[in-house]
Amino acid sequence: MQYIGNIIFLILLVAGFGLFAKSLLKIYRNIRLGHEINRNDRKGERWSTMARVAMGQSKMTARPVAGVLHLFVYVGFVIINIELIEIIVDGLFGTHRFLASVFGHGFYSFFTATLEVLALLVVIGVVIFFIRRNFYGVKRLTMKELFGWPKQDANWILIIEFALMVAFFTMNTSDFILQSRGVLPEHGSFPISEMTLVPFFEIFSFDNGFLMFTEKAAWWFHFVGILFFMNYLYYSKHLHIILAFPSTWYANLDKKGKFNNLDSVTKEIKLMMDPNADPYAAPAEGAEADVPSKFGAEDIFDLNQVQLLNAYSCTECGRCTSVCPANITGKKLSPRLILMKTRDRLEEVGRNIDQNGKFVDDGKKLLNDYITKEELWACTTCNACTEACPVLLDPLSIIFEMRRFLVMEQSAAPQELNLMMTNVENNAAPWQYNQADRLNWASEN
Amino acid sequence: MDFNIKTMAEYAAEGKAPEVLFWVGCAGSFDDRAKKITKAFCKILNKIGVEFAVLGQEESCTGDPAKRAGNEFVFQMMALTNIEVLNAYEVKKIVTACPHCFNTLKNEYPSLGGHFEVVHHTQFLKTLMEEGRLKIEGGAFKGKKITFHDPCYLGRANNEYEAPRMLLEKLDAELVEMKRCKTNGLCCGAGGAQMFKEPEKGNKDINIERTEEALSFEPKVIATGCPFCNTMMTDGVKHFNKNTEVAVKDIVELLAEAEDL
Ligand code: SF4
Ligand code: SF4
Repeated sequence: MQYIGNIIFLILLVAGFGLFAKSLLKIYRNIRLGHEINRNDRKGERWSTMARVAMGQSKMTARPVAGVLHLFVYVGFVIINIELIEIIVDGLFGTHRFLASVFGHGFYSFFTATLEVLALLVVIGVVIFFIRRNFYGVKRLTMKELFGWPKQDANWILIIEFALMVAFFTMNTSDFILQSRGVLPEHGSFPISEMTLVPFFEIFSFDNGFLMFTEKAAWWFHFVGILFFMNYLYYSKHLHIILAFPSTWYANLDKKGKFNNLDSVTKEIKLMMDPNADPYAAPAEGAEADVPSKFGAEDIFDLNQVQLLNAYSCTECGRCTSVCPANITGKKLSPRLILMKTRDRLEEVGRNIDQNGKFVDDGKKLLNDYITKEELWACTTCNACTEACPVLLDPLSIIFEMRRFLVMEQSAAPQELNLMMTNVENNAAPWQYNQADRLNWASEN
Repeated sequence: MDFNIKTMAEYAAEGKAPEVLFWVGCAGSFDDRAKKITKAFCKILNKIGVEFAVLGQEESCTGDPAKRAGNEFVFQMMALTNIEVLNAYEVKKIVTACPHCFNTLKNEYPSLGGHFEVVHHTQFLKTLMEEGRLKIEGGAFKGKKITFHDPCYLGRANNEYEAPRMLLEKLDAELVEMKRCKTNGLCCGAGGAQMFKEPEKGNKDINIERTEEALSFEPKVIATGCPFCNTMMTDGVKHFNKNTEVAVKDIVELLAEAEDL
């Protein structure tokens, strides 16, 4: 009987991590629905970008208030996860504060005190975040595009984090009182609990039994909460706590103005321009393979894997949208929404595959059913969004690929752009001027 | 004044090569407002004796607007034609007053076989100044309030924020920065082929938003480094009926004026 707690613990642990692994595999499978793209070059630069941006949060300083609060929650979260190791060992082997024996008395006190301070910072962080999101009215966080699940999701995360921290403090408080009564051995130091919750608890002069129960209950809550949180990630914008790392690693390192050149087009044009080329010549071996089935992107299958990874990594923070000139001036385009819709479609395709074993045409496409032409044509390709994104996501590349599809597959550009493109093609200028007049300015006054 | 403009073909006929090719661009060649920028730049180069050539009738659109609109075919047709011409003349260095041409030539031509050193005119002038070949004194703009609008395709697209500012500082003017500047700069609304179409429906046009911000500092001059930004900001200033008080000028125009060229 005495092992029943440990057994339940083991079952929960395995189930929690198992489910989590399953979700991650599903995300991995979905991302691989996209084209491969070679982003394994310049490894050194990639590691340092990831270290700087994902671990070092370098992009968050652009908005100092959110940046500092986020840092609280982030550092708190990372360090408190070390505690998870202790929880797992204690849970499996029935020990109490196992790390104390590893760290030694002094360092363990330092460790627990640090955790307490960080936990307090997390509480401060999430409370202010909650207020900013729900009452204070930071525009990018209260836009209509977040109504519904995205807003609830954000609030749930804050509530869960708050509850986890409360459980943590409750556990420490009961433990501390029991330690001071000599019921439990003295381990660690709990300055924050001591100053806040301990005096409050003492008012009620709880008996040892009740405190033991509270300590255990809070411990279990904390443990189950972490497992729950972990598995909740899959459904949440909070996936970024994991995917920010690969996303920054695979980020575009080229100049932002450099858009990719389609090789298949180059071949065709070179053939056109070469007077000696035999248009009926058999294609060279392997040449056929790199002619894409279509130009640009109409659905998630036409995007590349980094773009799909981006869709899962988006925090929905709206920094991109809040600097987008099109969005600022009231146009329908919102770069955040481009990524959110891409993820929605990707998830839909994923569910379709889960159900049918493979993708069965559902008559829908990312283009039109999720993202409209009006949004796509409003983009000035200014790169403000990619600059603003704290995890180096690239909504512009998706917009651009979809424009390519509209123009090259559907000839569905706005009329004025068709005119411009015809002019470029025929007159070598976007306006209807004659190429022969190119130097007229030199003789004009 | 008389220009001394020579084409690449003329240099080639003489068996010579200029120091740099000036890529004029479509706006710089055909747009009446932008032609003034082209001329101002040529005046400066003429004055300090930089040997430069233009392609003239052999120049085509770089393909930038077609590319950003999504038309890779038209873009590459232009690009490959241009590269053929440039390579035939063995061009090494290109300067251009248009950030869109600059970006395309610099970043998108290499993988198509066009490898050149490409600089924006502000970068080129900055180098000339550092080399002591170009000297600018404040003159007409001493103490006047100037604000600079960062072109997206020079700034964010290519990380060049410093060269235009350094030139402006040489004017001894009072340079005021808008809140949205440098990496946070706000687009003028022309890029990504938007120049050639009506904007999508919204509350206001992007150039109005941007000009509003610039005008809030009550500058004497809104300085630009891109012919498209120039058009957009000029229209914006007109929209607010401020065109008699506030001038929209490219940095080379300011430099040329300071020198009374
Ligand atoms: S690149 Fe397009 S989507 Fe991104 S900020 Fe600029 S206009 Fe908006
Ligand atoms: S794309 Fe980046 S900036 Fe935009 S909402 Fe997502 S995480 Fe935030």
